[in-house]
Amino acid sequence: MKPEVEMKLQNKTSAPKWQFIYWRRAILYLWPSILLFSVFLFYPLLKTFYLSFFLTDQQGMANVFVGLENYQYIIQSESFHKSIRATLIFVLLTVPTSVIISLFLALIANEKLKGIGFFRTLFASTMGISVAASAVVWLFIFHPSMGLFNQLINTLGGSEIEWLLDPQWALLSISITTIWMNIGFTFLILLGGLQNIDEHLYESARINGAGYFYQLRRITLPMLSPTLFFVITVSLINAFQTFGQVDILTQGGPSESTNLIVYSIYREAFVNYQFGTASAQSIFLFLCILIVTILQFRFGERKVHYQ
Amino acid sequence: MYAVELDRVTKSFEANTPVVNHVSVKVEPGEFFVLVGPSGCGKSTLLRMIAGLESISNGSIYIDHQQANFLPPSKRNLSMVFQNYALYPHLSVEDNITFGLDVQKIKKYERKKRCSETADLLGLTDYLKRKPRHLSGGQRQRVALARAIASQTPICLMDEPLSNLDAKLRAYMRSEIRKLQRKLQMTMIYVTHDQIEAMTMGDRMMVINEGEIQQIGNPIDVYNAPSNTFVAHFIGSPPMNITPGLVQDQHIVIGNQLQIPIHMFKEDIQKQTSVLMGIRPEFISHQNVQEIGAQSLMVTIDHVEILGTETLLSFEWNETTWHAKWYGQWNVKVGDQVPVYFDHTAWCVFDQNTKSLLQGPSKKNDQQMKVGTV
Repeated sequence: MKPEVEMKLQNKTSAPKWQFIYWRRAILYLWPSILLFSVFLFYPLLKTFYLSFFLTDQQGMANVFVGLENYQYIIQSESFHKSIRATLIFVLLTVPTSVIISLFLALIANEKLKGIGFFRTLFASTMGISVAASAVVWLFIFHPSMGLFNQLINTLGGSEIEWLLDPQWALLSISITTIWMNIGFTFLILLGGLQNIDEHLYESARINGAGYFYQLRRITLPMLSPTLFFVITVSLINAFQTFGQVDILTQGGPSESTNLIVYSIYREAFVNYQFGTASAQSIFLFLCILIVTILQFRFGERKVHYQ
Repeated sequence: MYAVELDRVTKSFEANTPVVNHVSVKVEPGEFFVLVGPSGCGKSTLLRMIAGLESISNGSIYIDHQQANFLPPSKRNLSMVFQNYALYPHLSVEDNITFGLDVQKIKKYERKKRCSETADLLGLTDYLKRKPRHLSGGQRQRVALARAIASQTPICLMDEPLSNLDAKLRAYMRSEIRKLQRKLQMTMIYVTHDQIEAMTMGDRMMVINEGEIQQIGNPIDVYNAPSNTFVAHFIGSPPMNITPGLVQDQHIVIGNQLQIPIHMFKEDIQKQTSVLMGIRPEFISHQNVQEIGAQSLMVTIDHVEILGTETLLSFEWNETTWHAKWYGQWNVKVGDQVPVYFDHTAWCVFDQNTKSLLQGPSKKNDQQMKVGTV
């Protein structure tokens, strides 16, 4: 037998053993993240899924198996319907607005002007402020008598608005706060995307005589589409998971008008001690975000141009 | 066909450090004009000023006899090919070619026609629906050319368009671009750092260094009689050999060995004490040992390159690295002692201090190299 053939045969017989060694080595590299993900993601996910089929006691221990009753309960619950509606309105208010405002800011901050670095820092600065801190700042701005907004309205001669106490305005107020907080991150990512576009493309267009808006429509936006897609996906997921600003500004009130879904889950679990229904709501939210993201990748990505 | 005229054009990004300094030149209508110089010499800046992408610090630019200093790029009647091609990656080849036509709101029928014409001309017809990322480097380069041609402007600017291609494709595209320019009778201003492109493509060339014009002329004249030692070094491969020479009563003496009769040179050279002597590698030839005289010497060969049609030799002598180019395939080895002959009629004489040419070769080239009349 020739040595080559021999080797091949040997390899063939020992293949499973080698595969096992490779697999073990791969696990060795992966285990830190597997460990972290298990503790903070996989275990809570499974536990939530498990709890959603049970009634629980005050410690959150599973007591009575109720099957799909928790799901039936939340689907029929008026308060949960309100929560979903508020969340959807909130998402529609915040995501497009913050992306459009950030895009505008990124476009003007991308111009080569003196001192533009100052404005870039300024526009991105909300990224460095914690949700709690900025919510407190906005609490003051929305204050009925001393707040900046009402004082402005007063000087202009309008009638004051109960920003956080009026069910008509509360969700909008939360949205304004959220848009302001989103802008930092979205702006920074979009600016990065803009700066990645080859300057020569614009020079070539200028020689052809393309105006600013023609360049924006036919060069900037298509070239920015992967960044836009990323930013929209992340903002959507974030908007569905909003919690901090609601907790500080309104606690879900007035009359549940700002009871966004994550806040509703929190209340169900840690105020009402209904861990079963809270888990069911969590699973519902998880599925919602999953579906939205899948849809987005299916339909949104077609319009995205990757280099 | 438009003329482009530069009048004392100056560009400085920072005060007192001009990148382009007082450049005046007239590019004739329909001419292929090459700007050549080493990296960072200001040639690209000059081209971008002509295109209107860069403002002019001082001086004037005239396009078709109209002052164009403040005209926006689109009003200058020119097209430009960039070094990295600047193709729109999200558009198909067809849309890339017709981008400029679409901006100018040219009718769809006309757009289609021009696109298919230029695609035909450049062999891109099969690729019109593809995106640039699915094309090879050479094809992308041709799309960039097609885009410039489709706009049918009388002036075309090219900024090192061939530098991203491999050697073979580059040689092919050199002649393609030249043919296109002749066929379409465009005024072409072509920037390159490659002296072969400058020599082979241009009707005239301008050598620039550190923002200053070194020499303007047709390539053969620049090659034969470089106006200073920079041009002598920059144009020609291998470069011209330049070495110090001493003027003594009847001869110019190089390294105490070569003696060139002084009467061959102008009187003002005879008054100097020392000069720089330059000779092209092809004028250093092989000689039989018995015939060694005042124009020849024995050298030790450092390096040999046999290129098939010619053999390149280098050796050290008189504190200078010398290059010689011999026609044919010579069996010379590193370390060999070889007698070489320096053609005394081929010397260029440069000033010791200003480095500028005092006298070009006295020999007419058509006596030495078989050129010219067919």
